[in-house]
Amino acid sequence: MRYLPLTPADRQAMLATIGATSIDDLFADVPAEARLSGPIAGLPGHASEMAVERHFSALARKNMAASHHPFFLGAGAYKHHVPATVDHIIQRGEFLTAYTPYQPEIAQGTLQMLFEFQTQVARLFGCDVANASMYDGSTACYEAISMAGRVTKRKKAILSSGLHPHYVSVAKTMAHFTGDTLDTAIPALDGTDMARLLDTVDGETACVVVQYPDILGRVEDLAPLAAKCHEAGSLLVAVVTEPVALGHIKSPGEMGADIVVGEGQSLGVGLQFGGPYVGLFACKEKFVRQMPGRLCGQTVDASGKRGFVLTLSTREQHIRREKATSNICTNAGLCALAFSIHMTLLGEKGLRSMAELNHTGAVDAAQRLAQVPGVLLATPTFFNEFTLVLSKAARPIVRALAEKGVLGGVSLGRLYPGEATLENGLIVAVTEVVTPDDIETLATALEEVLA
Amino acid sequence: MMQLNQSGWKPEMGANDDGAAGTFTGNRALMLEEPLIFEIGGSETTGVDFTVRPELVEGLSSSSGSSDPEGQGFDKLNPNGILGNLLRTAPIGLPGLSEPETIRHYTRLSRQNYAIDLGLFPLGSCTMKHNPRLNEKVARMAGFGDVHPLQPRETVQGALAVIHELAHWLVTLTGMKAVAMSPKAGAHGELCGVLAIKAAIEAKGEDRPVILVPESAHGTNPATAAFAGFRVESIPATPEGRVDVEALKAKLGPDVAGVMITNPNTCGLFERELKTISDAVHAAGAYVYCDGANFNAIVGRVRPGDLGVDAMHINLHKTFSTPHGGGGPGSGPVVLSEALAPFAPLPFVEKRGDEFMLIEEETAGEHHASSFGRMAAFHGQMGMFTRALSYILSHGADGLRQVAEDAVLNANYILRSLEGVLDAPFAGSGPCMHEALFTDDGLAEGFSTLDIAKGLIDEGYHPMTVYFPLVVHGAMLVEPTETESKATLDQFIGALRSVANRARQGDPALKSAPHHAPRRRLDETLAARKPVLVWKDEGLAVAAE
Repeated sequence: MRYLPLTPADRQAMLATIGATSIDDLFADVPAEARLSGPIAGLPGHASEMAVERHFSALARKNMAASHHPFFLGAGAYKHHVPATVDHIIQRGEFLTAYTPYQPEIAQGTLQMLFEFQTQVARLFGCDVANASMYDGSTACYEAISMAGRVTKRKKAILSSGLHPHYVSVAKTMAHFTGDTLDTAIPALDGTDMARLLDTVDGETACVVVQYPDILGRVEDLAPLAAKCHEAGSLLVAVVTEPVALGHIKSPGEMGADIVVGEGQSLGVGLQFGGPYVGLFACKEKFVRQMPGRLCGQTVDASGKRGFVLTLSTREQHIRREKATSNICTNAGLCALAFSIHMTLLGEKGLRSMAELNHTGAVDAAQRLAQVPGVLLATPTFFNEFTLVLSKAARPIVRALAEKGVLGGVSLGRLYPGEATLENGLIVAVTEVVTPDDIETLATALEEVLA
Repeated sequence: MMQLNQSGWKPEMGANDDGAAGTFTGNRALMLEEPLIFEIGGSETTGVDFTVRPELVEGLSSSSGSSDPEGQGFDKLNPNGILGNLLRTAPIGLPGLSEPETIRHYTRLSRQNYAIDLGLFPLGSCTMKHNPRLNEKVARMAGFGDVHPLQPRETVQGALAVIHELAHWLVTLTGMKAVAMSPKAGAHGELCGVLAIKAAIEAKGEDRPVILVPESAHGTNPATAAFAGFRVESIPATPEGRVDVEALKAKLGPDVAGVMITNPNTCGLFERELKTISDAVHAAGAYVYCDGANFNAIVGRVRPGDLGVDAMHINLHKTFSTPHGGGGPGSGPVVLSEALAPFAPLPFVEKRGDEFMLIEEETAGEHHASSFGRMAAFHGQMGMFTRALSYILSHGADGLRQVAEDAVLNANYILRSLEGVLDAPFAGSGPCMHEALFTDDGLAEGFSTLDIAKGLIDEGYHPMTVYFPLVVHGAMLVEPTETESKATLDQFIGALRSVANRARQGDPALKSAPHHAPRRRLDETLAARKPVLVWKDEGLAVAAE
């Protein structure tokens, strides 16, 4: 087997050194009745590299890849152009095949990258500090709710109706077990529920969670909500599933959010059918000791040179065990690296250009699509994603578009099954990869399938 | 799995000069210093060129506040442009680099890292094995890497087929009933298992607030149980490094929901009595969670399902060699027994006829009504599924069995080659599994496990796991994995023997190791006392003082 270097002669020599007569001697502690005498029946044997590659190629061909079609899906995962440099660097073995940087003298590459990543995320979100990443946006979101509970010592969270339904679903799962109370609502196409949030926040509220831009693409000023939260002694948690937006619109931190979490997939990571992605987690400095996850910090070595280490570990499970702030161990190291490299390549100038291209492209598309008979634009404000109301249920329309070779968006019927008021809704995302021809193709196809 | 500096050691500034003349740059030949992007980049520099759509140059610029030339109604929606006062005005402070500068920055940083591609990486419990590049190639095929999770099911049949095929392997290799694929990493998988246990107990209308966890467990076990609202009670280990079965049985009762056991355990030993434990736990109405971090030691030779396990996570990044990536991403599918399978989290992939279905909230009621809900957005770590399946198909059932055998053989070879120079507390009780445990017993006064670890760095190795598990003093947990050759092991054994002898003899030079790494020992106490977590101009000044 090509991945196993020991030869039969090596194995014999090693058994002799150990003082064992056969490999079975080394499994002596396994009770006889649990020992398998040979390879498990019904599973195939080893295969050549070529055979494995062919197997996967055949399966890959059964999927419609985003870059092969006009593509308009968003709703928490976005297709952006990732420069070739990003994938080259993350495949360097020194990054790809390193472990968590617990021996900092020989892990400065990963550690310095994480320090840079933390700074990029904190600045993008308008926060003081950020951690070294979480699993993804949805888990970062429930960790933020948990953290707000620790900070305020309260058990109730109010979730905006504009929060991604999968994020709401995850938060509900966790709240069921942690005993937290969640106040949730289904979105409406005729406006956000900002008034509900402002009305509901009270002295029992640990936090209000609001997505920005929201699941339908809408963008709203968070400053009045932040003020209202702070008045009630609650925290404002903002969730950003499209970080590119913050190249064009104000950051949640600027508007007073206390914790800002997000999904970093947009930059560097790619679609990957939903994972692995990278959770972003930032907050005000005064809450840092209640943060979950790994943190990288600056220090010096014995000769006085600047260096970086994992720090404030007394929050974490490997030191604090059942008293830890979270059970999280692994972060999303390599995806954080991809995010950071992409952000470094862009820089502020590139991020702003990219964001503007996204926004103007989306405005273009919204205008064109709103001309299609039976299509109305439901979202008066948006960044690169907006919601259309069709004259028919959107879910079959999306399938019909796919049959025409167009991946036309995410239907609200898929995200909110059974919600009759939403079933005609279609979320359309337009990033820099979408061409004017793509928009025209979608408009034409939409006109045909709606006719 | 590692503990940080436990000695409270603090470096003396300016000491330990190796006597070589300094260089103008601070570089030492191939050892190159690299500033932060904030020190070399600029807000007007970018390494990405964009194609500006020609028709956008002229108008339709909603953000600039101009009116809408086509009269489509946008100006009516908001006369100041649709984003109004939400447009970003303040600078962000994100430096950019040109492409060549970017490549150089990260390439230089990469060279300050140790990695499995460079040499033996014997971190016990972490399983640092070779990462085949075929797996990287497969994960990047457009049909997997460039597919959106919310595309219509008809357009992602191949992706769902991969999840289904991997699930079949995991269930068959473990002898379990079902598998939850969505957990994002080992600890997330633990949470999945513990929540399934809690859901099963709720379904029976019982209140069982306690989870039992052995002293030698990974820290994630008690942290997970506590997050799920359980009270954690500890079970002691026997003198030979295994769970004290009698102590465990004595704790079982109507208040106990489950037991979390690692097998093979973190001392590198197989829990011989696991079936007995499982029977007793089940008899008491509770469930057995097995931490599967060390499944690589037994894959193809033992099925945890035969030992009475109810739930076990599998770290795809350990047993099935998806790359660790400097700290993730991981992936932690959880195999479940018949008793817990009904409570598994959403979503599921199921095959009906020739078609693969994705079972989410919408259709869960039909035959997954007891599911405890969703643990993460979308469908799990697809990029890890493709890699793990590629590794599994390459090995096949026969190769995976060989994986376990060679991993165990390599670990025992290390154990028996070093037990003369390092204290091996459980070596007398028989063979180890995939990792060999040593302690700091017998080192010279003032010398510790940390000194041995840092000495190994100078020898060109990543150290073993240190100070874990907590059940022995100054633990050193060595896991070579199956992908190391005998020659590599022999050289490592020689190096560790040499360093251990220096620690036994009290070589003072070892106290200041590493001498040849990109950095000397780092002051972790300072880092925690005055946290500098993001770059600021003044942060530099503090460090230079």
